[in-house]
Amino acid sequence: MNKPVAVKESMGDKLFLFLVYAFLLFILIIVLYPLIYIVSSSFSSPQAVISGRVWLFPVEPSLAGYKAIFSNPQILTGYANSLFYTFFGVLINVSMTVMLAYPLSKSTFLGRNFIMVILVITMMFSGGLIPYYLTVKMLGILDTRWAMLLPGALAVWQVIIARTFFQSTIPKELGEAAELDGCSDFGFLWRIVLPLSKPILAVLVLLYAVGHWNAYFDALIFLKSQELFPLQIILRNILILNSIDASMMVDANQMAAMQGLRDLLKFSLIVVATVPVLAIYPFVQKYFVQGIMIGSLKG
Amino acid sequence: MPRGATERQIGIRQSRSRSSIRHTAPAAARQNIERQRKVVRSGNRLEKQAAAEIRLLVEYCSLTPSSPFHYRGYQTSSYPERKWSTIIPSIGGLEVKKAGRIGLGENRMVRLKGPARKMKRHWQLYLLVLLPLAYIVIFKYIPMYGAQIAFRDFSPVRGFTGSEWVGLKNFSDFFNSPNFWLLIKNTLIISVYSLLIVFPAPIILALALNEIRNARFKKTVQMVTFAPYFISTVVMVSMIILFLSPRLGFVDSIVKFLGMESINFMGIPDFFSSIFVWSNVWQGIGYGAVIYLAALAGVNPDLYEAAKVDGASRFQKVLHIDIPGIMPAAIILLILNVGQIMNVGFEKIYLMQNPLNTSTSEVISTYVYKIGLLGANFSFSAAVDLFNSVINLILLLAVNYFARRISDNSLW
Repeated sequence: MNKPVAVKESMGDKLFLFLVYAFLLFILIIVLYPLIYIVSSSFSSPQAVISGRVWLFPVEPSLAGYKAIFSNPQILTGYANSLFYTFFGVLINVSMTVMLAYPLSKSTFLGRNFIMVILVITMMFSGGLIPYYLTVKMLGILDTRWAMLLPGALAVWQVIIARTFFQSTIPKELGEAAELDGCSDFGFLWRIVLPLSKPILAVLVLLYAVGHWNAYFDALIFLKSQELFPLQIILRNILILNSIDASMMVDANQMAAMQGLRDLLKFSLIVVATVPVLAIYPFVQKYFVQGIMIGSLKG
Repeated sequence: MPRGATERQIGIRQSRSRSSIRHTAPAAARQNIERQRKVVRSGNRLEKQAAAEIRLLVEYCSLTPSSPFHYRGYQTSSYPERKWSTIIPSIGGLEVKKAGRIGLGENRMVRLKGPARKMKRHWQLYLLVLLPLAYIVIFKYIPMYGAQIAFRDFSPVRGFTGSEWVGLKNFSDFFNSPNFWLLIKNTLIISVYSLLIVFPAPIILALALNEIRNARFKKTVQMVTFAPYFISTVVMVSMIILFLSPRLGFVDSIVKFLGMESINFMGIPDFFSSIFVWSNVWQGIGYGAVIYLAALAGVNPDLYEAAKVDGASRFQKVLHIDIPGIMPAAIILLILNVGQIMNVGFEKIYLMQNPLNTSTSEVISTYVYKIGLLGANFSFSAAVDLFNSVINLILLLAVNYFARRISDNSLW
């Protein structure tokens, strides 16, 4: 769409543009380098990692770190748990969000303003951590899988995004026509609204899925049983608290290699924990940007 | 089909002048029209107008009682193929409601429905909302109600309302505790620092990206800077620890390369806020820029043309077109940010803490967690938390007020 520029660019403009490119290149490198460093380190040998020989590309390529991860029962359980929480969590999240957002998008729905006020209040004010914890405790779901699914079953912000989407993309006339033809509200939602709302559903799924996959706080305060821990808690124990128990190391007798393997394991773990979310991002990027825009500009 | 009938139908449809309609209106409708006239004589201007329009409506409907048809949520009888708005252009929701109050509801032909009937017809919508609303009440409003334990001496056996009332004791304990000023100071330093750096960073990135005409480079930068958004807090913090560790990280290699001693960055209290803030910039800059890029895409291209004609430089265009263009979005986000100023992300700070840096890393939220959940001192930490929430709310309201006064951009 570039129109031919009639006026020649001045020196100042050229310099400015050069600075802009330089600035962006700098940002690009700053953001990209740590990511490359992590990935490269994870594929290097333990010795290369501890001696700091990894700069850009893997040194003495090996899969030792990954082998250690996939032979560790704790990490595998965590992975499975995280998949479980993410899958069912997103299922609950998306249905709850649509159930609330769709009626709120109808102008004929009585009390929509009242409900909106109720929702917005929760965004500005909350009871705080302790009453929240005590409420979950009173419900008797502490230290169960429910504690990971129910307390975060709905995000108000996402409801507002979805409501705005329904309001702006589903024409009112469509609803009136469907009603004339004797279509119920359920039928209209299921057969017409949802198929037309794939972009927003993609956004909701991604937002919620990233949230579930990356969440550790709820697990930290609600869960005590090892076998229920999601991946992030296990990551915290290994990566930050540095507590690798004996069962962790497959070759416990290789004491010399252990320290190196332990460091290498961290890099590999970071890759393994981040790849699932990062992998789906390019596919939904288009929708994702759209979703952020809907939520932020119109909401 | 008898010929006469068709002709008559056509005849009716063609004669849409009011007089011919009135002749054919049934007696009941005519009675109603009379009643409307009385209202017209007594009512104010709005009611008169409403009544007049309703009269037309009544006449029309009584002429052809056909299949039910919905107009603006009101069930009426009419020609389905013709919208009321084309017959009576100025008719609107308000007038219809007014007329309903005047007493037209009794008319059998035009069944203007009350709220209850409307709810009955759309009962499915109300059914849908029940479960999410139950969630909101249970997980948002019950904790809000439970926040009253801040004024009580909570014991788990007696519950939220059964525990003994102690008034402001928990608050005064907090204000008098030696930690109070340290917590406030740490929280404010970290949050104000964040606001000054993390908030404008995406704006600068978006403005820079907007200057680029090379679509491929632009997209690459956007994709790459967005990616860290997907990294979880745990992974983010462990990356920070790995990179900054004196033994392993590449930052240490750089430090050594510059001829300095290895530094244990995470162990030095003074570095804590900077590490926290700049790693937030690293992680959030691409995500934050998306909003501003969208705002920039919405800027009227004529403005750039005009600026070009006037001989503006690129930098002047940024200053006088781009920045005003993203101002509304920026102000809204600023308000939201200030409203969260006392909520410095618990998750990240808690993970970044170690025994060496707690003198600058202990903030209100981590303190609440440690005292309340790890120490089981529920009421005291609930009071600390409530104090925090109230400050946030006041800040939000204040900033919103000033934004509205100064710039016309506000949340409400």
